[in-house]
Amino acid sequence: MPPLLEVEDLRVHFETEDGLVKAVDGISYTVDRGETLGIVGESGSGKSVSSLSVMGLTRARNAHISGSVRFEGRDLLGASEEDLRQVRGNDIAMIFQDPLSSLHPFYKVGKQIVEAIQAHRDVSKAQAYDRAVEMLGLVGIPEPRRRADSYPHEFSGGMRQRAMIAMALANDPKLLIADEPTTALDVTVQAQILDLIETLQSEFDTAVVVITHDLGVVAEMADEIAVMYAGRIVEHGKSDTVFNAPEHPYTWGLLSSIPRMDAPRGDALVPISGRPPSLINLPGGCSFHPRCPYVRDAHRRVDPMLETVEGAPDHRVACLLDSGTRRRLWSELQQGVAPDVARKDVIEEPLS
Amino acid sequence: MSDNVMEVRDLVKHFPIRQGLLQRQVGAVRAVDGVSFEVRRGETLGLVGESGCGKSTTARLMLRLMAPTSGSVRFEDEEIATAKGARLKALRREMQMIFQDPYSSLNPRKTVGTIISEPFAIHGLKKAEGERKRTVRDLMDRVGLNPEHYNRYPHEFSGGQRQRIGVARALALKPKVIVADEPVSALDVSIQAQILNLLRELQREMGITLIFIAHDLSVVRHMCDRVAVMYLGKIVELASSDELYAHPRMPYTGALMSAVPVPQPRLAAAKKRQILAGDVPSPSNPPPACRFHTRCWKAQEICRQEDPPLEPKEGGNIAACHFPLTDAEVIERVPTARIA
Repeated sequence: MPPLLEVEDLRVHFETEDGLVKAVDGISYTVDRGETLGIVGESGSGKSVSSLSVMGLTRARNAHISGSVRFEGRDLLGASEEDLRQVRGNDIAMIFQDPLSSLHPFYKVGKQIVEAIQAHRDVSKAQAYDRAVEMLGLVGIPEPRRRADSYPHEFSGGMRQRAMIAMALANDPKLLIADEPTTALDVTVQAQILDLIETLQSEFDTAVVVITHDLGVVAEMADEIAVMYAGRIVEHGKSDTVFNAPEHPYTWGLLSSIPRMDAPRGDALVPISGRPPSLINLPGGCSFHPRCPYVRDAHRRVDPMLETVEGAPDHRVACLLDSGTRRRLWSELQQGVAPDVARKDVIEEPLS
Repeated sequence: MSDNVMEVRDLVKHFPIRQGLLQRQVGAVRAVDGVSFEVRRGETLGLVGESGCGKSTTARLMLRLMAPTSGSVRFEDEEIATAKGARLKALRREMQMIFQDPYSSLNPRKTVGTIISEPFAIHGLKKAEGERKRTVRDLMDRVGLNPEHYNRYPHEFSGGQRQRIGVARALALKPKVIVADEPVSALDVSIQAQILNLLRELQREMGITLIFIAHDLSVVRHMCDRVAVMYLGKIVELASSDELYAHPRMPYTGALMSAVPVPQPRLAAAKKRQILAGDVPSPSNPPPACRFHTRCWKAQEICRQEDPPLEPKEGGNIAACHFPLTDAEVIERVPTARIA
């Protein structure tokens, strides 16, 4: 059986007045039934564009898309709009960060869910309505039959997010793509929503792709994590590996720049210097080199490939340092050696 | 000089809800509903809580950016709540604010130099142009901006750099107190740490008292010496960071802390996530007695009848609760409790 979702060498480039924006530049991953993949990155890393492309939502005239996206073996990139509509909202559903802009303000919530159901199922309006009410109840909206008759503005932020999840799951999708599903929410509501997605996932064996900048959210949800930087995946592995034995300096930077509830108070934060590059004018060689404390001369010229780490078939890293050096640097970092100290040490090694 | 730089007593802010042709008042949003605390000289005091809990309103009242409905705010023993005219202007020199959104809090038509020197213009200081320019350049350098960018406009800067401009502007008058309202929540993860480190450095160097408002509990723990937790316009718990994160007593604080996603899969799997039912009730019609009782899993009859006083609990926290969390309940839910 082919994997549920298979993305291979996906590239999404946009032609703009300022130049070619390489939003996604060759990423590959697979997601299987019941699995959760977390895609982590900062704004402009290409994490949202990559998943919008899976849904065929980036087919603007100025977009150049290449590579392949297969869902249950079927090609989605070459599919007609008509075929895509069959898949969207049915086999693959998506929830967004901002439920206000994803729900139509003029229509009652129940009616919007009915529409989503009737677009894909040959059922009567009454049956679809019952299903909508059932879904609203399932996502924890009190008095679902009454609330189905409300407009989106009558819902709180958390309820809107739940209504959107209800709509997304109404057709039992096999894959749920959640783009920053809890970013606009308060932490107690976030906990409710994460709990809800997990429960529904275990009940229906739904695969989930969760896209977020929040390392805490992926740690709680994901089985596998892909870290994106400047349109590429720079590290990909099991969640435990990425958090406890990461081998990319950018991942290290992310992990040491957040204050952590699981570490003693007062540990200094180690920020990543500089800021993410422009996707129009990427630095040559390794895209991360201008911010990397361990940069060597060759890194400015050679573009690293995402390669499997020796002895860890599930772990892939795009870094020009050798794995032994990376492991040593990471263990030093954890003992509190500041990157700028380690840096000299790396640079003094003979250039290859 | 007293140890407290500010004292807030029974502070109340109600926003009237008006309706109908005559705009008669039909109710009030009780944004801040009787809070009291003091701010110690040189400390970082955190105000946390979910949206609508009144933390930002409290901060704005402390700077007298709006007038309170009742209550008192004292800055170095002088009443701010009723101060007027020149006296108020003088008081405001001592207190500055850093805003959440580095995009909307800087005037897009003014150069960075003008923005940072505006406090001098308002207060009639450093009138000689050369002196003003020099001071601004020093400030820019201090917060990590290139002083040569003096004549650039805000749109030419990234989010993190803009927040540095906001910090420089707040520092210009050498205030004693700075209120930072969600200063990093609009920034990317890798940039957040830069700004947090800058704030801590400046505070240590200049002895500034910082009032730090945030919803991110891990950031608050990192930054603050003491933390006040707010819920529906009231302070429900107040303690030093060490105490609060080691043993929160108010169930609401415990729920907040257990809800924070921890960037460690091993811990995330072991922790019990305390899910609160429903949403925060409306501040225009808060529940009677303990305001948290509608969502509290420990609530009993007394919680619906009597408002618990804010009083010392086991471990030194001050909390308003009839049935504070036990250590066992805390350990199960709160990741930071296991570290201590």
